[in-house]
Amino acid sequence: MGIIIDKNTRAIVQGITGAQGSFHTKLMLEYGTKIVAGVTPGKGKTQIHDVPVYDTVEEAKEKHSANASIIFVPAPFAADSALEALEGGIKTIVIITEHIPIKDAINVMACAKQVNATIIGPNTPGIITPRESKLGIMPAHIFKLGNIGMISRSGTLTYEIAAGLTRKNLGQSTCLGLGGDPITGLNFVDTLKMFKQDPQTKAVVLIGEIGGNLEELAAEYIANEKYPKPVAAFIAGRSAPPGKRMGHAGAIVMGKAGTAESKIEKFKSAGVEVAEKPNDVPELLMKFVSN
Amino acid sequence: MKLFEYEAKNILENHGIPTSRGMLATSPSQAKEVASKLKPPFVVKAQVLVAGRGKAGGILFADSIEQAEKEAEKLLTMQIKGIPVKSVWIEEKIQIKKELYFGITTDRFNQSYVAIASAVGGMEIEEIATEAPEKIIRFPINPQHGFHSFHARQMAIKMGYSGNQLSDLGRIFERLYCVCMDYDAELIEMNPLAETVEGKFVAADARIILDDNALFRHQEYKKRLLEGESELTPQEVEATKNDLAYVKLDGDIGVIGNGAGLVMATLDTIQYYGGKPANFLDVGGGAPAEKIAIALKIVFSDPKVKAIFINILGGITRCDEVARGILEARAKIGATKPMVIRLVGTNEDEGKRILTEAGVHVLESMEEAAQRVVEISRHGGK
Repeated sequence: MGIIIDKNTRAIVQGITGAQGSFHTKLMLEYGTKIVAGVTPGKGKTQIHDVPVYDTVEEAKEKHSANASIIFVPAPFAADSALEALEGGIKTIVIITEHIPIKDAINVMACAKQVNATIIGPNTPGIITPRESKLGIMPAHIFKLGNIGMISRSGTLTYEIAAGLTRKNLGQSTCLGLGGDPITGLNFVDTLKMFKQDPQTKAVVLIGEIGGNLEELAAEYIANEKYPKPVAAFIAGRSAPPGKRMGHAGAIVMGKAGTAESKIEKFKSAGVEVAEKPNDVPELLMKFVSN
Repeated sequence: MKLFEYEAKNILENHGIPTSRGMLATSPSQAKEVASKLKPPFVVKAQVLVAGRGKAGGILFADSIEQAEKEAEKLLTMQIKGIPVKSVWIEEKIQIKKELYFGITTDRFNQSYVAIASAVGGMEIEEIATEAPEKIIRFPINPQHGFHSFHARQMAIKMGYSGNQLSDLGRIFERLYCVCMDYDAELIEMNPLAETVEGKFVAADARIILDDNALFRHQEYKKRLLEGESELTPQEVEATKNDLAYVKLDGDIGVIGNGAGLVMATLDTIQYYGGKPANFLDVGGGAPAEKIAIALKIVFSDPKVKAIFINILGGITRCDEVARGILEARAKIGATKPMVIRLVGTNEDEGKRILTEAGVHVLESMEEAAQRVVEISRHGGK
């Protein structure tokens, strides 16, 4: 179980012949992900790691019944690749690429909404359902099958916390990165809804950061819905000054909006346990999930 | 990337949005010269990229050309929030009846742009939101339909306008949306948008922030950001050129890590243990040794830094590459400042071996390392 991807997911890799695309295709295959084809315009009829490469998504999808795509295409061309996947009828798309312009991302999300497709990212480490499938760039060995759902706006910070959970024998159902950009496909609320339906998930960890109000909206949703599963959170950026962009394009405090304090306060009043430091997260969950 | 007021106003003017007539000057004599081409009274405005310029004394008024020259001289010799004023914008003072607000920014939850208007303007939009939330009109823009005159007129009606003024405002708002799209702005504001005593509308101040990720479509601004005047410190310029994300902070502990979230959490953990971070520096994923060395050089170049914390969690970043980068930097610039290194993940053992053999101690826990570096910053180590 878990959400969005499982052992039946049949994925194509867009940008499979690039350095990142090729390297991570190999790692995803080793993990057991069904990578059925790759797409790089102009490199059709070749192969990489025994995966056939096509010029278009349409051809790759038709020949291999693909139902997901992971995109490694450079930022100026990534939106074009995502639109190609959407028009080709792919319903789950993971966009790893960082630095996609906001205007392009907004356009992609609008098209995805029209055809009811799920977009993860951009600027995401991807998604992993342990022992079933990995569509992403995360180091696989730090994850372990279990009952905790993880949703994050960060990459390495997710690894830090996932590794901490795994050390305490707290495995995961699905871990996914929403992406560090201001405009992303899925948000915390969408993903919380999915974890609510997933019988394997017993508790959820939210890893947020400064900027925007997606954490605040998640807190409102949890409070209003009386969310049936325990939720713990960590928010990065307590020490961040206003008006400065902290690495992620989306991590910026504008005036009084988007501060860590605002998010932490909202979470606490919604009954969400908030960790002071990344390594405090496992402690908070121990009491909810017995092995 | 923030644009100067004069750049923003020139863009607006070129797109048919009325702005107050004005010109740029970089010296008092030039101020006199441009003022003589304009009609008094004048407003003399410091061109700096920090917010709160008005309150800091960066906006002065002059009734004559001579006075404009004097006020320009005052501004050109002052600093606003530590930033020296290098140019002033001199414009004709308009007779304002009412100050409005109109801007466009992104709406993360709706995954769209959103137009925001208010019949109360002249202060920060967040302040308006706190003091008169009922006055704020938000219109999420459907990306597939865009933002047209009729949308704009609907907003103007809600602001209380009618007749010819309705069409005037409609045109201005629609044009501002076109500027937002053409220039890949992530924020564009006319604040205040002034209603003059004659009932006309003029952008009295304009603010544009371009999307850094779209600068490849706007090379002239990218060039200005890297080579010309910008809000970046020397370290920030060096980092931008090398594709590193660096932000200067106030403290004395230099920080380098991989991944924005992890680096932010590292700063927070340092602060938790009572230390003060000197910077944010994310080397990104898969950084080779040379990039680590450049990162160290940048952090070392900040004179306030007393100790450095390197926090690496290797996923696609390889610990052995990081270790080699650290030694390379140390050999080039000398190990003048103490370093605390936490290194885990891909090729961890090799990374540790390289550093340990060179006499550099490596820690495994982020918390332990944070405590250690805070201690060193306080007592100078040992």
